[in-house]
Amino acid sequence: MIGALATLLVCQLAGEILARALHLPVPGPVIGMVLLFLGLLLRRRPSPPGLAATADALLGNLGLLFVPAGVGVVLYLPLLARDWVPLSLAVLVGTLAAIACTGRLAQWLLRRIP
Amino acid sequence: MNELGEIWVYLAREPLAALTATLLAWLAALRLQAACARHPLANPVLFAVAILAAVLLLAGIDYRSYFEGAQFVHFLLGPATVALAVPLHRQWALVRRSAWVAVLAVVTGGIFAAAVGVAIALALDAAPEVVASLAPRSVTTPVAMGIAERIGGLPSLTAALVIGSGITGAALGPLVLDLVRVRDMRARGLAIGTAAHGIGTARALGVSAAAGAFSGLAMGLNALASALLLPLIWRFLFG
Repeated sequence: MIGALATLLVCQLAGEILARALHLPVPGPVIGMVLLFLGLLLRRRPSPPGLAATADALLGNLGLLFVPAGVGVVLYLPLLARDWVPLSLAVLVGTLAAIACTGRLAQWLLRRIP
Repeated sequence: MNELGEIWVYLAREPLAALTATLLAWLAALRLQAACARHPLANPVLFAVAILAAVLLLAGIDYRSYFEGAQFVHFLLGPATVALAVPLHRQWALVRRSAWVAVLAVVTGGIFAAAVGVAIALALDAAPEVVASLAPRSVTTPVAMGIAERIGGLPSLTAALVIGSGITGAALGPLVLDLVRVRDMRARGLAIGTAAHGIGTARALGVSAAAGAFSGLAMGLNALASALLLPLIWRFLFG
């Protein structure tokens, strides 16, 4: 488990360094995900069981990890109270329209491109 | 009374209380979700945020001192994002066949998500910095904040809107997809990951391994595409 955690942190650290050194617009963890994925692909074997177990444990509680940032909404209550109509409509309608449109487009493409 | 004051000072200074409260709120949120028979609308992130926000407001606790404890949970977001490579690798045989579909659908969907939100805010006369804060709201938090900064938005307002969009997408997305008859798990994952990033992916992983892998992929692709394209489009339209 410590080995798996170290693997994840090494990928994230490498991602952070690459992002800064090359002025990439993508954050370190996303580059770290790409690095780990390439590493797993190059091994040409299933993911090591320890890494898979740690990844599943983290991702099984992924929602929890968004909670501290989400509570930050208390800082914006005055602004949200002032502009709540455009903000809530844009978030609600924009998100749901995007889901419907992306889903339909993806399904249509998946049927046409085998 | 003096002793009680000392205990309060200890709790306020150490990260232990905020960390414990975060985990307890999450457990309570999972209980609530189970009590609602895991209905998609019963989103545990929403429940936990509501519980903790209410506690902070009622007890008059500063968000910054709460976050000093909760940051240990927040820190794990980085390794968890890296860990998304594992389900993607597990489903790679399935994903590889539809890689181009994924790219096309996610880039189109990501730009559409930004455009609809911006159009609504413009139509309702929102302030320019509010409009700019809305544009990157379907992208994962750190990227969205970076984009907001570049196009003249308020990064921390964007963070709140990103979480709001994630919760909206995770809670209502599956119902919308049923409504428009998208049944392919790959397409459902792509749609949720594009519009609702990690919070949507958390939900998708719980429903199907294929949907989870495609959702994580869509989140990564949308982060990449939006970071590259949104500032350019913004400069072209409003610059």
